[in-house]
Amino acid sequence: MSSDVTTMTVSELQSALRDGATAAGITQAYLDRIAADDDALGSYLHVDPEAALERAAAIDGAGTAGTGLAGIPVALKDVVVTEGVPTTSGSKILDGWKPPYDATVAARLKAADTVLLGKTNMDEFAMGSSTENSAYRVTRNPWNPERIPGGSSGGSSAAVAAGMAPWAIGTDTGGSIRQPAALTGLVGHKPTYGSVSRYGLIAFSSSLDQAGPMARTVLDAALLHEAIGGHDPLDSTSIDAPMPVLAECARRGAEGDLSGLKVGVVRELGGEGHTDGYEDGVLARVAEAVALLESMGAEVREVSCPAFDLALPAYYLIAPSEASSNLSRFDGVRYGLRVGDDGNRDLDEVMALTREQGFGAEVKRRIILGTYALSSGYYEAYYGQAQKVRTLISRDFSAGFADVDVLVSPTTPTVAFPLGSRVDDPVAMYAADLCTLPASLAGVPAISVPCGLSDGLPVGLQIMAPALADDRCYQVAAALEAAQDAARGSRFLDQLSRRDAQPVGGA
Amino acid sequence: MSTLSRKDVAHLARLSRLAVTDEELDLYAGQLSAVLDAVAQVQKAPVEDVPPTTHAVPMTNVFREDVARPSLPRDAVLAGAPAAEDDRFRVPRILGEEQ
Repeated sequence: MSSDVTTMTVSELQSALRDGATAAGITQAYLDRIAADDDALGSYLHVDPEAALERAAAIDGAGTAGTGLAGIPVALKDVVVTEGVPTTSGSKILDGWKPPYDATVAARLKAADTVLLGKTNMDEFAMGSSTENSAYRVTRNPWNPERIPGGSSGGSSAAVAAGMAPWAIGTDTGGSIRQPAALTGLVGHKPTYGSVSRYGLIAFSSSLDQAGPMARTVLDAALLHEAIGGHDPLDSTSIDAPMPVLAECARRGAEGDLSGLKVGVVRELGGEGHTDGYEDGVLARVAEAVALLESMGAEVREVSCPAFDLALPAYYLIAPSEASSNLSRFDGVRYGLRVGDDGNRDLDEVMALTREQGFGAEVKRRIILGTYALSSGYYEAYYGQAQKVRTLISRDFSAGFADVDVLVSPTTPTVAFPLGSRVDDPVAMYAADLCTLPASLAGVPAISVPCGLSDGLPVGLQIMAPALADDRCYQVAAALEAAQDAARGSRFLDQLSRRDAQPVGGA
Repeated sequence: MSTLSRKDVAHLARLSRLAVTDEELDLYAGQLSAVLDAVAQVQKAPVEDVPPTTHAVPMTNVFREDVARPSLPRDAVLAGAPAAEDDRFRVPRILGEEQ
């Protein structure tokens, strides 16, 4: 076991707490790491060291640290509302807002006695694939600070990869957990739609948004998922069904026996004849990962999902349409910014000025696009057609899962791209989500697990499973992770060069 | 090719309650035309007789018992508002002078 707190897995932190380390010491170690490194990386939007240490000390005082998740620090993407703690969703329109309640995800982590380290940076209202659309700051990739950390959960991914949080909550609408996890060498899972409560997540595209875990290992991701998942009566779209056992499946998967498992490689996502836009290094790492699954007993075959070719255009009609409706709540009346209320302007003018000043370029672009796609005369041609494509994509998944247990693909077509390289070209930026969109549109679970490096930057393998079979994602991902760790002799993230180590117990 | 003119963007922005600058009109007209071109592929999809999916999981209406329950404290909610007065949200004038 490493003696550096900030490189430990959550399972190791739990052992350390049981062996006498304190929650306050561990929290302090992470706060020290944030103080040392976050100016350069820009992972966090809000950190309150005093509140974190006070809470950690209370948990130490209660003597519960080390039981369950008690005493383990966590970071939350700033789209998750937190009572009394600033929540902006990466937007100026909510600058300074302190929500009067906790999201269910936040409440469950609080009830489990975890320690909130802070709120992480994100693309404004979760719209983006690079965290360059944050209204506050750009986040950098710890593997190479000139590269993007992925988006929109780029603050969460950079924080975990750089040892500034042991794990974090992200949200994934079109790929915003899996893509940043892939680009920073983490495990990131988008749960089955409806299996983790959306109550208190600031809505972007309600039929697609889903919170999920981002962690250093598959087992950690499963533990965090178990803590936040399950039915919530406060969310009317929450699935009222038992949650599969996840951590146990991750442990079983790590034993490495995949005999009997059928793996389908999706032809339309980087498969034969569909390699345009995919980097050679990414395809090579994914092919090696698939071969490794085969060596553990899995039966591999190619599966064709023709409608996946239309996932990107369908997504970029559906998500902006829902966003244009969801973001109408930012009207300068109930929370956040109000501009131009000088007594001479009426509500419409104040609203338009507030939204002009409060929203960034990408948000405005998507609101206008969504308004267009929903407008009379274009609705059928765009939004209606996209919703039918969504049905075709679900049918492709159903047909695929009739033949295989899981479908796999690269998580992203490329490794992390340079900061600024796609900001002026929305079409190129949207292509970053090529592989993650089909699972989002169908609502099925998908995990990204590191599968090697290309040009010194992480590559992710995406594993997709049928709805509510999240356990299958964890099992296969854990098998791959264990086999790769054994071959490498170390964990994936250990390759990321570390700065000064923090001893157990902290400062 | 789908194109959006500056006039179209200005109209959509008005419908969206967004004030936009001249520079933004130029920028968005170009960028949104490119995006529309890229997404227009959906129109070629073979979707005859295919029902739309509005939601990834089957939805049924969710009811709860019709009983009064406490809501968030009024003070806590109003504390986040840009303007409040007499225990209410204060809004800018809604009707113009002539109305």
